[in-house]
Amino acid sequence: MDRLLLVISTFCFLFGFAYTMHALGARVYRHASLNFYAILTGFCFQTAFLYVRGSQLGRCPLTNLFEVLIFLSWSMVLFYLLIGPAYRLSLLGAFTSPLVFLFQIGALLSPGLDVVTKLKSAPNPWLELHAAVSVVAYGAFALACVAGVMYLAQERQLKTHHIHSIFYHLPPIHDLGIANRRLVLTGFSLLSLGLFAGFAMGNVQAHLVKIAWSTGVWLLYAFVLLAILRHRLSGRNVAWFSVVAFTVVLCTLWGLTFIPESTPL
Amino acid sequence: MQILCLGLSHHTAPIELREKFAFTEGELGAAALQLAKAPGVGEAVIVSTCNRVELYVAVEESTRGFAAIDDFIASRVGSFTSSAPVALASAFTRLPTSQSLRHLFRVVSGLESMVLGETEILGQVKKAYQAAQLGGATGRHLNKFFQRAFNVAKEVRTNTNITRGSVSVGSVAVDLAEKLFGKLAECHVMILGAGEMSELTAGALRARGVKSIFVANRSFDRAAALALSMGGKAVHFDQWQNEFHDVDILIGSTAAPHHVLTAEKLAPIMRTRRDRPLFCIDLAVPRDIEPAVNDIDGVYLYDIDRLQEIASHSMNIRRQELTICEEMIERHVVEFGDWLNGPSGESALRYQAAVSAPQGVKS
Repeated sequence: MDRLLLVISTFCFLFGFAYTMHALGARVYRHASLNFYAILTGFCFQTAFLYVRGSQLGRCPLTNLFEVLIFLSWSMVLFYLLIGPAYRLSLLGAFTSPLVFLFQIGALLSPGLDVVTKLKSAPNPWLELHAAVSVVAYGAFALACVAGVMYLAQERQLKTHHIHSIFYHLPPIHDLGIANRRLVLTGFSLLSLGLFAGFAMGNVQAHLVKIAWSTGVWLLYAFVLLAILRHRLSGRNVAWFSVVAFTVVLCTLWGLTFIPESTPL
Repeated sequence: MQILCLGLSHHTAPIELREKFAFTEGELGAAALQLAKAPGVGEAVIVSTCNRVELYVAVEESTRGFAAIDDFIASRVGSFTSSAPVALASAFTRLPTSQSLRHLFRVVSGLESMVLGETEILGQVKKAYQAAQLGGATGRHLNKFFQRAFNVAKEVRTNTNITRGSVSVGSVAVDLAEKLFGKLAECHVMILGAGEMSELTAGALRARGVKSIFVANRSFDRAAALALSMGGKAVHFDQWQNEFHDVDILIGSTAAPHHVLTAEKLAPIMRTRRDRPLFCIDLAVPRDIEPAVNDIDGVYLYDIDRLQEIASHSMNIRRQELTICEEMIERHVVEFGDWLNGPSGESALRYQAAVSAPQGVKS
């Protein structure tokens, strides 16, 4: 039942992405609401999946990499739905859909990821908060990465004077720069909260590697946020950072799951 | 029932002739009603813009219809008769039904405009139609015809790239500025050198609501005059760098034989601008702005060649779309022609629409 919800959600994102690519290819893309509604529908099915899975587990569904990927995708889409319409970044959805689709199809096609872990202890609310808020923070970083890619694509066209048809659909780099900085700030704030919850749960030694990793990510983004706030980084450099940093986070998050621990992520 | 069109446009008549036949916006409704009441005419709409004057009528019989339009125009200007000078008579295009349908669909889609794909004409035709409708000059046939034309225009613009991009240097500069800054309401513009091109470009930016305009010119009087006309501020040429810190868009258009702005000068300024980009538009030949400034982070330099390339590219895209637009229009011409000639649809119009050339038949 829960996987069926996820399959439907995945197809919604695939449809949104395919429709946008078709419209761009045919050079008739408009700020179409169809893509937005496809993503919104996909989000509803994602939410339903997480609800069902959470009810089955009796805890926040973040017990294995499969669930983490879905939760991360859900967080990305949540941020897109919050900031996309506000900043009229309709094409952000077109860039978000393929990433979400890849996460979900990767999760669905890798049965080894969805390993049911029997947890003896009752859920620790601080641990639940730490895991959930941290993954939502990574969702913000993921969307900052998407906005960064769009920024770099737009900036390259403006610098090289090679104007392609997608130029007219990409948002102004000023708006992308603002969205990028705010997403980094939001992600950092949430990650700080998640980290605080991680320390508050006590027994830090049991999760030392993951806490250390989260602290490392926090320090990385703290350093860049400080540079942004002191206007030491150009919009282009912030965009590059968002892309590189999230790629690193994603790769290390995957590697982290191979570290055996008796508690969820 | 037939729909005829008689008109003249920038394709067929110079402005000296067009202005003689032009109608003001206020008289469109009454004039259309007067024409609709002419013998043999049932309904009428008059479209009058700076590029065209066109009279659309719904009639039972075309010869009487054209004669009624001739009489109407003659009564208006007193000189348009069959004995009028050949140049005057040939300036008017007389279109039978299928060509009238095609013509209006092309006009509202921007295919007959001086700038291919421009959108202003649709609003002008809508106003002309509303004036005729309010004046009581339209009926079932022209109502349906104009509504169809507006739908055709929407379809063509939505499903093709006929309006894509900008096709003039000024509008390209505005487009680029908007892709950099989003809304221009907070942008400060500086013009170096009060040339005609820089004035036009700054005017286009001003029309989009830029916050302020500084004008620096070697002749301060000229700078002051231009600044006054734009609601901006004149700056002595040797002091332009004092005002430069807050500038977002710089337009270079001086006659200086050397670079007025170099990368060496700009690099330290950019470091103090935090992360605000700078859009440099160099309209001067020889160029005012050193090309190397484009390598500085946050600086975007476009010279006159680059702007013209983009404008030409947009125009090429629009031209490439013409065939698709015409195919869409032909489908509507046939469909509407069938409706006009009754439910059977077995009319000569279908054949006529398929074989007739897009250009009108001149008298």
